[in-house]
Amino acid sequence: MTTASSTKRDYSLVGESTRRAIESGLASAEWYHTDVPRKTMKELMQRTDGPAIRDTIIWIAAILGSAAGIVRFWGTWWVVPFLFVYGVLYGSSSDSRWHECGHGTAFRTRWMNDVVYHIASFMLMRNPVQWRWSHARHHTDTIIVGRDAEIAVMRPPDLIKAALAFTGILDFRYSLPTLVRQAFGTLSDDEKSYIPQMEQHKAVIAARWHMIVYAATIAVAIALRSWIPLVLIGLPRLYGTWHMVLTGLLQHIGLADNVTDHRLNTRTVYMNPVSRFIYWNMNYHVEHHMFPMVPYHALPKLHELIKHDLPVANPSMWHAYREVWPVLLRQLKYEDFYLKRELPPTAKPYRGEFHDLDITAAAAE
Amino acid sequence: MADWVEACAVDDVDEEDVIRFDHGGRSFAIYRSPENTFFATDGFCTHEKAHLADGLVMDDIIECPKHNGRFNYKTGQAKGAPVCVNLKTYPVRVEAGKVMIDIG
Repeated sequence: MTTASSTKRDYSLVGESTRRAIESGLASAEWYHTDVPRKTMKELMQRTDGPAIRDTIIWIAAILGSAAGIVRFWGTWWVVPFLFVYGVLYGSSSDSRWHECGHGTAFRTRWMNDVVYHIASFMLMRNPVQWRWSHARHHTDTIIVGRDAEIAVMRPPDLIKAALAFTGILDFRYSLPTLVRQAFGTLSDDEKSYIPQMEQHKAVIAARWHMIVYAATIAVAIALRSWIPLVLIGLPRLYGTWHMVLTGLLQHIGLADNVTDHRLNTRTVYMNPVSRFIYWNMNYHVEHHMFPMVPYHALPKLHELIKHDLPVANPSMWHAYREVWPVLLRQLKYEDFYLKRELPPTAKPYRGEFHDLDITAAAAE
Repeated sequence: MADWVEACAVDDVDEEDVIRFDHGGRSFAIYRSPENTFFATDGFCTHEKAHLADGLVMDDIIECPKHNGRFNYKTGQAKGAPVCVNLKTYPVRVEAGKVMIDIG
Protein backbone atom coordinates (compact mmCIF):
# COMPACT_ATOMS: atom_id res chain seq x y z
CA MET A 1 0.00 0.00 0.00
CA THR A 2 1.17 3.50 -0.70
CA THR A 3 -0.26 6.72 0.57
CA ALA A 4 -0.64 9.97 -1.21
CA SER A 5 -1.98 13.38 -0.46
CA SER A 6 -5.74 13.42 -0.50
CA THR A 7 -7.79 15.45 -2.94
CA LYS A 8 -11.29 16.12 -1.68
CA ARG A 9 -13.88 14.64 -3.98
CA ASP A 10 -16.72 16.80 -5.24
CA TYR A 11 -19.57 14.52 -6.31
CA SER A 12 -21.64 17.27 -7.87
CA LEU A 13 -21.89 16.86 -11.63
CA VAL A 14 -21.19 20.51 -12.28
CA GLY A 15 -18.35 21.15 -9.84
CA GLU A 16 -14.59 21.03 -9.41
CA SER A 17 -14.26 17.25 -9.94
CA THR A 18 -16.29 17.56 -13.12
CA ARG A 19 -13.91 20.17 -14.46
CA ARG A 20 -10.88 18.07 -13.56
CA ALA A 21 -12.37 14.90 -15.08
CA ILE A 22 -12.96 16.69 -18.38
CA GLU A 23 -9.56 18.36 -18.41
CA SER A 24 -7.66 15.18 -17.54
CA GLY A 25 -9.41 13.13 -20.23
CA LEU A 26 -11.17 10.89 -17.72
CA ALA A 27 -14.58 11.96 -19.02
CA SER A 28 -15.81 10.06 -22.07
CA ALA A 29 -12.51 8.16 -22.18
CA GLU A 30 -11.54 5.00 -24.02
CA TRP A 31 -11.96 2.00 -21.69
CA TYR A 32 -10.18 -1.31 -21.50
CA HIS A 33 -11.93 -4.28 -23.09
CA THR A 34 -10.95 -7.91 -23.03
CA ASP A 35 -10.41 -9.22 -26.55
CA VAL A 36 -13.34 -11.28 -27.76
CA PRO A 37 -13.55 -12.37 -31.42
CA ARG A 38 -16.28 -10.54 -33.32
CA LYS A 39 -18.02 -13.78 -34.29
CA THR A 40 -18.23 -14.90 -30.66
CA MET A 41 -19.36 -11.48 -29.47
CA LYS A 42 -22.03 -11.40 -32.15
CA GLU A 43 -23.40 -14.69 -30.87
CA LEU A 44 -23.38 -13.43 -27.29
CA MET A 45 -25.14 -10.19 -28.23
CA GLN A 46 -27.99 -11.96 -30.04
CA ARG A 47 -31.42 -10.96 -28.76
CA THR A 48 -34.29 -13.26 -28.17
CA ASP A 49 -37.63 -12.73 -26.45
CA GLY A 50 -37.89 -16.22 -24.95
CA PRO A 51 -35.91 -16.02 -21.67
CA ALA A 52 -37.26 -12.59 -20.70
CA ILE A 53 -40.87 -13.54 -21.54
CA ARG A 54 -40.51 -16.65 -19.38
CA ASP A 55 -38.94 -14.70 -16.52
CA THR A 56 -41.46 -11.89 -16.80
CA ILE A 57 -44.41 -14.30 -16.65
CA ILE A 58 -42.92 -15.85 -13.50
CA TRP A 59 -42.23 -12.37 -12.12
CA ILE A 60 -45.75 -11.03 -12.73
CA ALA A 61 -47.37 -14.24 -11.49
CA ALA A 62 -45.33 -14.07 -8.28
CA ILE A 63 -46.20 -10.38 -7.82
CA LEU A 64 -49.91 -10.98 -8.33
CA GLY A 65 -49.88 -14.13 -6.20
CA SER A 66 -48.14 -12.47 -3.29
CA ALA A 67 -50.37 -9.39 -3.62
CA ALA A 68 -53.41 -11.66 -3.42
CA GLY A 69 -51.91 -13.22 -0.28
CA ILE A 70 -51.47 -9.78 1.28
CA VAL A 71 -55.10 -8.89 0.61
CA ARG A 72 -56.34 -12.30 1.80
CA PHE A 73 -54.34 -12.43 5.04
CA TRP A 74 -54.24 -8.73 5.91
CA GLY A 75 -54.65 -8.30 9.65
CA THR A 76 -53.09 -11.67 10.51
CA TRP A 77 -49.48 -12.80 10.96
CA TRP A 78 -49.88 -14.94 7.84
CA VAL A 79 -49.48 -11.76 5.82
CA VAL A 80 -45.77 -11.50 6.75
CA PRO A 81 -44.34 -14.01 4.24
CA PHE A 82 -46.48 -12.51 1.49
CA LEU A 83 -45.21 -9.04 2.36
CA PHE A 84 -41.67 -10.40 2.30
CA VAL A 85 -42.05 -11.87 -1.18
CA TYR A 86 -44.09 -9.01 -2.62
CA GLY A 87 -41.75 -6.41 -1.18
CA VAL A 88 -38.64 -7.96 -2.72
CA LEU A 89 -40.33 -8.47 -6.07
CA TYR A 90 -41.66 -4.91 -6.13
CA GLY A 91 -38.86 -3.04 -4.40
CA SER A 92 -35.80 -5.01 -5.52
CA SER A 93 -36.31 -7.15 -8.61
CA SER A 94 -37.81 -4.12 -10.36
CA ASP A 95 -34.31 -2.62 -10.32
CA SER A 96 -32.83 -5.32 -12.53
CA ARG A 97 -35.86 -5.22 -14.85
CA TRP A 98 -35.52 -1.46 -15.07
CA HIS A 99 -31.84 -1.91 -15.81
CA GLU A 100 -31.98 -4.61 -18.46
CA CYS A 101 -34.98 -3.17 -20.25
CA GLY A 102 -33.39 0.28 -20.12
CA HIS A 103 -30.44 -1.16 -22.02
CA GLY A 104 -32.92 -2.76 -24.41
CA THR A 105 -31.24 -6.13 -24.05
CA ALA A 106 -33.79 -8.17 -22.09
CA PHE A 107 -36.21 -8.67 -24.98
CA ARG A 108 -35.54 -8.59 -28.69
CA THR A 109 -38.85 -6.78 -29.22
CA ARG A 110 -38.45 -3.11 -28.41
CA TRP A 111 -41.96 -2.43 -27.09
CA MET A 112 -41.61 -5.27 -24.57
CA ASN A 113 -38.46 -3.63 -23.20
CA ASP A 114 -40.24 -0.30 -23.05
CA VAL A 115 -43.34 -1.59 -21.25
CA VAL A 116 -41.36 -3.41 -18.56
CA TYR A 117 -38.96 -0.47 -18.29
CA HIS A 118 -41.78 1.96 -17.51
CA ILE A 119 -43.50 -0.37 -15.05
CA ALA A 120 -40.23 -1.06 -13.23
CA SER A 121 -39.32 2.64 -13.20
CA PHE A 122 -42.64 3.38 -11.52
CA MET A 123 -42.09 0.67 -8.92
CA LEU A 124 -38.69 2.17 -8.12
CA MET A 125 -39.97 5.77 -7.99
CA ARG A 126 -37.50 6.58 -10.72
CA ASN A 127 -38.21 9.05 -13.44
CA PRO A 128 -37.85 6.84 -16.54
CA VAL A 129 -36.46 9.64 -18.70
CA GLN A 130 -34.03 11.01 -16.13
CA TRP A 131 -32.71 7.60 -15.20
CA ARG A 132 -32.24 6.45 -18.77
CA TRP A 133 -29.85 9.33 -19.25
CA SER A 134 -28.17 9.01 -15.86
CA HIS A 135 -27.49 5.37 -16.61
CA ALA A 136 -26.02 6.21 -20.01
CA ARG A 137 -23.67 8.56 -18.15
CA HIS A 138 -22.89 5.81 -15.62
CA HIS A 139 -21.71 3.63 -18.50
CA THR A 140 -19.72 6.40 -20.18
CA ASP A 141 -18.00 7.50 -16.98
CA THR A 142 -18.29 4.63 -14.54
CA ILE A 143 -17.27 5.83 -11.05
CA ILE A 144 -15.60 8.93 -12.46
CA VAL A 145 -16.11 11.48 -9.69
CA GLY A 146 -17.96 14.56 -10.91
CA ARG A 147 -19.35 12.71 -13.92
CA ASP A 148 -21.09 9.52 -12.80
CA ALA A 149 -24.59 10.24 -11.48
CA GLU A 150 -24.99 6.77 -9.95
CA ILE A 151 -22.18 6.44 -7.41
CA ALA A 152 -23.86 4.64 -4.52
CA VAL A 153 -21.23 5.07 -1.81
CA MET A 154 -19.13 8.18 -1.99
CA ARG A 155 -15.81 8.77 -0.23
CA PRO A 156 -15.28 9.08 2.61
CA PRO A 157 -18.07 6.55 3.04
CA ASP A 158 -21.07 7.44 5.16
CA LEU A 159 -21.61 4.07 6.81
CA ILE A 160 -24.82 5.07 8.57
CA LYS A 161 -26.26 6.19 5.27
CA ALA A 162 -25.14 2.94 3.64
CA ALA A 163 -26.79 0.92 6.42
CA LEU A 164 -30.00 2.93 6.18
CA ALA A 165 -30.09 2.28 2.46
CA PHE A 166 -31.18 -1.28 3.27
CA THR A 167 -34.38 0.11 4.77
CA GLY A 168 -35.18 2.19 1.69
CA ILE A 169 -35.83 5.24 3.86
CA LEU A 170 -33.17 7.43 2.31
CA ASP A 171 -34.03 6.45 -1.24
CA PHE A 172 -37.71 7.04 -0.52
CA ARG A 173 -36.95 10.42 0.97
CA TYR A 174 -34.95 11.31 -2.13
CA SER A 175 -37.06 9.70 -4.86
CA LEU A 176 -40.51 10.94 -3.94
CA PRO A 177 -39.61 14.63 -3.44
CA THR A 178 -37.54 14.44 -6.63
CA LEU A 179 -40.58 13.24 -8.59
CA VAL A 180 -42.72 15.97 -7.01
CA ARG A 181 -40.16 18.63 -7.91
CA GLN A 182 -39.89 17.33 -11.46
CA ALA A 183 -43.68 17.12 -11.78
CA PHE A 184 -43.77 20.85 -11.02
CA GLY A 185 -41.37 21.38 -13.93
CA THR A 186 -38.06 21.85 -12.12
CA LEU A 187 -34.96 19.88 -13.01
CA SER A 188 -31.81 20.27 -10.94
CA ASP A 189 -28.52 21.47 -12.42
CA ASP A 190 -27.13 17.94 -12.10
CA GLU A 191 -30.10 16.50 -13.98
CA LYS A 192 -29.78 19.13 -16.69
CA SER A 193 -26.10 18.20 -17.04
CA TYR A 194 -26.94 14.73 -18.38
CA ILE A 195 -30.49 15.02 -19.79
CA PRO A 196 -30.31 16.68 -23.22
CA GLN A 197 -32.47 19.77 -23.48
CA MET A 198 -34.73 18.21 -26.10
CA GLU A 199 -35.57 15.40 -23.63
CA GLN A 200 -36.10 17.47 -20.48
CA HIS A 201 -39.81 18.11 -21.04
CA LYS A 202 -40.33 14.34 -21.29
CA ALA A 203 -38.86 13.94 -17.80
CA VAL A 204 -41.42 16.43 -16.46
CA ILE A 205 -44.31 14.63 -18.18
CA ALA A 206 -43.15 11.24 -16.85
CA ALA A 207 -42.94 12.61 -13.29
CA ARG A 208 -46.51 13.95 -13.62
CA TRP A 209 -47.81 10.52 -14.66
CA HIS A 210 -46.14 8.93 -11.65
CA MET A 211 -47.67 11.51 -9.34
CA ILE A 212 -51.12 10.93 -10.83
CA VAL A 213 -50.90 7.22 -10.03
CA TYR A 214 -49.72 7.91 -6.48
CA ALA A 215 -52.51 10.45 -5.96
CA ALA A 216 -55.03 7.90 -7.25
CA THR A 217 -53.62 5.25 -4.91
CA ILE A 218 -53.94 7.58 -1.91
CA ALA A 219 -57.48 8.44 -2.96
CA VAL A 220 -58.42 4.76 -3.15
CA ALA A 221 -56.81 4.11 0.25
CA ILE A 222 -58.83 6.93 1.79
CA ALA A 223 -62.03 5.82 0.06
CA LEU A 224 -61.56 2.24 1.26
CA ARG A 225 -60.22 3.37 4.65
CA SER A 226 -57.48 0.81 4.14
CA TRP A 227 -53.69 0.77 4.12
CA ILE A 228 -53.66 -2.04 1.57
CA PRO A 229 -53.46 0.14 -1.59
CA LEU A 230 -50.40 1.90 -0.17
CA VAL A 231 -48.83 -1.33 1.02
CA LEU A 232 -49.17 -2.61 -2.56
CA ILE A 233 -48.19 0.59 -4.38
CA GLY A 234 -45.45 2.87 -3.09
CA LEU A 235 -44.54 1.48 0.32
CA PRO A 236 -42.75 -1.63 -1.04
CA ARG A 237 -40.08 0.88 -2.03
CA LEU A 238 -39.41 0.95 1.72
CA TYR A 239 -39.90 -2.57 2.95
CA GLY A 240 -38.72 -4.45 -0.14
CA THR A 241 -35.60 -2.56 -1.14
CA TRP A 242 -33.09 -4.48 0.95
CA HIS A 243 -32.22 -7.10 -1.67
CA MET A 244 -31.56 -4.47 -4.33
CA VAL A 245 -29.17 -2.73 -1.95
CA LEU A 246 -27.59 -6.00 -0.81
CA THR A 247 -26.67 -6.95 -4.36
CA GLY A 248 -26.31 -3.50 -5.90
CA LEU A 249 -23.88 -2.05 -3.38
CA LEU A 250 -21.35 -4.71 -4.30
CA GLN A 251 -21.14 -3.53 -7.89
CA HIS A 252 -18.48 -0.89 -7.21
CA ILE A 253 -18.09 -0.33 -3.46
CA GLY A 254 -14.55 -0.10 -2.08
CA LEU A 255 -12.97 -0.34 -5.53
CA ALA A 256 -11.07 2.30 -7.48
CA ASP A 257 -12.59 5.52 -8.75
CA ASN A 258 -11.33 7.71 -11.58
CA VAL A 259 -9.93 4.82 -13.61
CA THR A 260 -10.88 3.58 -17.07
CA ASP A 261 -10.66 -0.17 -16.61
CA HIS A 262 -13.79 -1.89 -15.31
CA ARG A 263 -11.63 -4.60 -13.77
CA LEU A 264 -10.46 -1.98 -11.28
CA ASN A 265 -13.78 -0.35 -10.37
CA THR A 266 -16.37 -3.09 -10.79
CA ARG A 267 -16.95 -6.42 -9.08
CA THR A 268 -18.33 -9.79 -10.17
CA VAL A 269 -19.78 -11.89 -7.37
CA TYR A 270 -21.14 -15.42 -7.57
CA MET A 271 -24.65 -15.56 -6.13
CA ASN A 272 -27.34 -18.09 -5.34
CA PRO A 273 -29.96 -18.83 -8.03
CA VAL A 274 -32.77 -16.94 -6.25
CA SER A 275 -30.71 -13.77 -5.97
CA ARG A 276 -29.63 -14.19 -9.56
CA PHE A 277 -33.27 -14.38 -10.67
CA ILE A 278 -34.11 -11.28 -8.67
CA TYR A 279 -30.99 -9.54 -9.93
CA TRP A 280 -31.17 -10.88 -13.49
CA ASN A 281 -27.52 -11.97 -13.49
CA MET A 282 -26.18 -8.48 -12.80
CA ASN A 283 -23.80 -10.13 -10.37
CA TYR A 284 -21.64 -10.55 -13.51
CA HIS A 285 -21.08 -6.86 -13.33
CA VAL A 286 -17.60 -6.47 -14.78
CA GLU A 287 -18.81 -8.39 -17.80
CA HIS A 288 -21.91 -6.20 -18.08
CA HIS A 289 -19.93 -2.97 -17.95
CA MET A 290 -17.35 -4.17 -20.41
CA PHE A 291 -19.96 -5.43 -22.87
CA PRO A 292 -23.36 -3.82 -22.15
CA MET A 293 -24.76 -5.26 -25.38
CA VAL A 294 -24.80 -8.78 -23.96
CA PRO A 295 -28.24 -9.74 -22.57
CA TYR A 296 -28.53 -10.87 -18.96
CA HIS A 297 -29.14 -14.49 -19.89
CA ALA A 298 -25.84 -14.66 -21.83
CA LEU A 299 -23.69 -13.15 -19.06
CA PRO A 300 -22.70 -16.47 -17.45
CA LYS A 301 -21.38 -17.62 -20.84
CA LEU A 302 -19.52 -14.33 -21.32
CA HIS A 303 -18.07 -14.71 -17.84
CA GLU A 304 -16.69 -18.15 -18.67
CA LEU A 305 -15.19 -16.75 -21.84
CA ILE A 306 -13.32 -13.78 -20.35
CA LYS A 307 -12.74 -14.70 -16.72
CA HIS A 308 -9.07 -15.46 -17.50
CA ASP A 309 -8.67 -11.71 -17.97
CA LEU A 310 -10.59 -10.57 -14.90
CA PRO A 311 -9.91 -10.53 -11.16
CA VAL A 312 -11.20 -13.72 -9.57
CA ALA A 313 -14.90 -13.31 -8.79
CA ASN A 314 -15.94 -13.17 -5.15
CA PRO A 315 -17.37 -16.60 -4.31
CA SER A 316 -20.32 -15.15 -2.36
CA MET A 317 -21.92 -11.92 -1.21
CA TRP A 318 -20.70 -12.66 2.30
CA HIS A 319 -17.14 -12.97 1.02
CA ALA A 320 -17.44 -9.71 -0.91
CA TYR A 321 -18.78 -7.78 2.09
CA ARG A 322 -16.08 -9.22 4.33
CA GLU A 323 -13.51 -8.08 1.79
CA VAL A 324 -14.91 -4.59 1.50
CA TRP A 325 -15.61 -3.82 5.16
CA PRO A 326 -12.00 -3.08 6.20
CA VAL A 327 -11.56 -0.99 3.07
CA LEU A 328 -14.54 1.17 4.02
CA LEU A 329 -13.19 1.60 7.54
CA ARG A 330 -9.84 2.67 6.12
CA GLN A 331 -11.52 5.11 3.74
CA LEU A 332 -13.03 6.91 6.73
CA LYS A 333 -9.52 8.20 7.44
CA TYR A 334 -7.91 8.01 3.99
CA GLU A 335 -10.49 8.57 1.33
CA ASP A 336 -8.02 7.74 -1.45
CA PHE A 337 -7.67 4.20 -0.15
CA TYR A 338 -9.26 1.48 -2.31
CA LEU A 339 -9.14 -2.22 -3.00
CA LYS A 340 -7.03 -3.06 -6.02
CA ARG A 341 -8.04 -6.55 -6.99
CA GLU A 342 -5.38 -8.93 -8.17
CA LEU A 343 -5.45 -10.24 -11.72
CA PRO A 344 -4.77 -13.88 -12.56
CA PRO A 345 -1.50 -14.64 -14.43
CA THR A 346 -3.52 -15.20 -17.61
CA ALA A 347 -4.85 -11.64 -17.62
CA LYS A 348 -3.48 -8.65 -19.44
CA PRO A 349 -1.98 -6.42 -16.73
CA TYR A 350 -3.58 -3.18 -15.69
CA ARG A 351 -2.12 -0.71 -18.11
CA GLY A 352 -0.79 2.65 -17.04
CA GLU A 353 -2.66 4.60 -19.68
CA PHE A 354 -5.90 3.07 -18.46
CA HIS A 355 -5.62 3.65 -14.74
CA ASP A 356 -2.86 6.09 -13.91
CA LEU A 357 -4.98 9.06 -14.86
CA ASP A 358 -5.96 9.44 -11.24
CA ILE A 359 -3.56 11.81 -9.60
CA THR A 360 -3.73 10.44 -6.08
CA ALA A 361 -4.55 6.90 -5.13
CA ALA A 362 -3.65 4.44 -2.44
CA ALA A 363 -4.41 0.83 -3.06
CA ALA A 364 -4.61 -2.35 -1.02
CA GLU A 365 -3.77 -5.52 -2.89
CA MET B 1 -20.41 15.85 -56.29
CA ALA B 2 -20.25 12.07 -56.32
CA ASP B 3 -17.06 10.50 -54.99
CA TRP B 4 -17.33 6.72 -55.20
CA VAL B 5 -14.73 4.74 -53.30
CA GLU B 6 -14.26 1.01 -52.86
CA ALA B 7 -15.10 0.11 -49.26
CA CYS B 8 -14.70 -3.67 -49.18
CA ALA B 9 -15.42 -6.90 -50.99
CA VAL B 10 -18.94 -8.27 -50.80
CA ASP B 11 -17.70 -11.29 -48.86
CA ASP B 12 -16.03 -9.14 -46.22
CA VAL B 13 -19.39 -8.47 -44.57
CA ASP B 14 -21.47 -11.30 -43.18
CA GLU B 15 -25.20 -11.27 -43.68
CA GLU B 16 -26.92 -9.13 -41.01
CA ASP B 17 -23.63 -7.66 -39.90
CA VAL B 18 -21.48 -4.56 -40.13
CA ILE B 19 -17.81 -3.72 -40.65
CA ARG B 20 -15.71 -0.61 -40.27
CA PHE B 21 -14.27 1.28 -43.23
CA ASP B 22 -11.85 4.17 -42.76
CA HIS B 23 -11.01 6.52 -45.60
CA GLY B 24 -9.43 9.95 -45.82
CA GLY B 25 -9.54 10.52 -42.07
CA ARG B 26 -13.23 9.59 -41.92
CA SER B 27 -14.82 6.46 -40.58
CA PHE B 28 -17.83 4.63 -41.98
CA ALA B 29 -19.92 1.57 -41.17
CA ILE B 30 -20.81 -0.81 -44.01
CA TYR B 31 -23.87 -3.00 -43.45
CA ARG B 32 -25.20 -6.10 -45.12
CA SER B 33 -28.90 -6.54 -44.43
CA PRO B 34 -30.70 -9.87 -43.96
CA GLU B 35 -32.03 -9.31 -47.50
CA ASN B 36 -28.43 -9.26 -48.74
CA THR B 37 -28.41 -5.55 -49.57
CA PHE B 38 -25.58 -3.19 -48.63
CA PHE B 39 -25.83 0.14 -46.81
CA ALA B 40 -23.39 2.69 -45.43
CA THR B 41 -23.52 5.24 -42.63
CA ASP B 42 -21.13 7.36 -40.63
CA GLY B 43 -19.06 5.09 -38.44
CA PHE B 44 -19.55 6.76 -35.10
CA CYS B 45 -22.71 6.97 -33.04
CA THR B 46 -24.20 10.46 -32.88
CA HIS B 47 -24.55 10.19 -29.09
CA GLU B 48 -20.98 9.51 -28.01
CA LYS B 49 -17.85 8.41 -29.77
CA ALA B 50 -18.39 4.68 -30.13
CA HIS B 51 -17.93 2.88 -33.42
CA LEU B 52 -21.06 1.25 -34.72
CA ALA B 53 -19.04 -1.55 -36.32
CA ASP B 54 -18.76 -3.04 -32.82
CA GLY B 55 -22.53 -3.01 -32.48
CA LEU B 56 -25.29 -5.42 -33.32
CA VAL B 57 -27.31 -5.54 -36.53
CA MET B 58 -30.89 -6.72 -36.10
CA ASP B 59 -33.12 -6.50 -39.17
CA ASP B 60 -33.01 -2.79 -40.14
CA ILE B 61 -31.44 -1.68 -36.87
CA ILE B 62 -27.86 -1.05 -35.78
CA GLU B 63 -27.45 -0.91 -32.02
CA CYS B 64 -24.53 1.07 -30.64
CA PRO B 65 -22.19 -1.02 -28.46
CA LYS B 66 -21.77 1.66 -25.80
CA HIS B 67 -25.27 2.71 -24.70
CA ASN B 68 -27.48 0.52 -26.88
CA GLY B 69 -28.73 3.51 -28.87
CA ARG B 70 -30.53 2.33 -32.00
CA PHE B 71 -30.61 3.63 -35.57
CA ASN B 72 -32.26 2.44 -38.72
CA TYR B 73 -29.10 2.00 -40.78
CA LYS B 74 -31.10 2.16 -44.03
CA THR B 75 -32.45 5.65 -43.35
CA GLY B 76 -30.16 6.85 -40.53
CA GLN B 77 -33.16 7.55 -38.32
CA ALA B 78 -32.42 7.66 -34.59
CA LYS B 79 -34.92 5.40 -32.82
CA GLY B 80 -35.00 7.09 -29.41
CA ALA B 81 -32.96 7.83 -26.31
CA PRO B 82 -30.07 7.82 -25.82
CA VAL B 83 -29.71 8.69 -29.47
CA CYS B 84 -31.54 11.82 -30.60
CA VAL B 85 -29.59 12.85 -33.73
CA ASN B 86 -29.97 10.93 -36.98
CA LEU B 87 -27.05 9.13 -38.56
CA LYS B 88 -25.73 10.27 -41.95
CA THR B 89 -26.18 7.65 -44.67
CA TYR B 90 -24.31 7.24 -47.96
CA PRO B 91 -25.33 5.80 -51.35
CA VAL B 92 -23.98 2.32 -51.98
CA ARG B 93 -23.61 0.18 -55.10
CA VAL B 94 -22.06 -3.20 -55.74
CA GLU B 95 -19.75 -3.62 -58.73
CA ALA B 96 -17.85 -6.79 -59.64
CA GLY B 97 -18.01 -8.13 -56.11
CA LYS B 98 -16.92 -4.83 -54.55
CA VAL B 99 -18.98 -2.57 -52.30
CA MET B 100 -18.68 1.04 -53.41
CA ILE B 101 -19.90 4.01 -51.38
CA ASP B 102 -20.37 7.60 -52.42
CA ILE B 103 -18.68 9.71 -49.78
CA GLY B 104 -18.97 12.95 -51.74
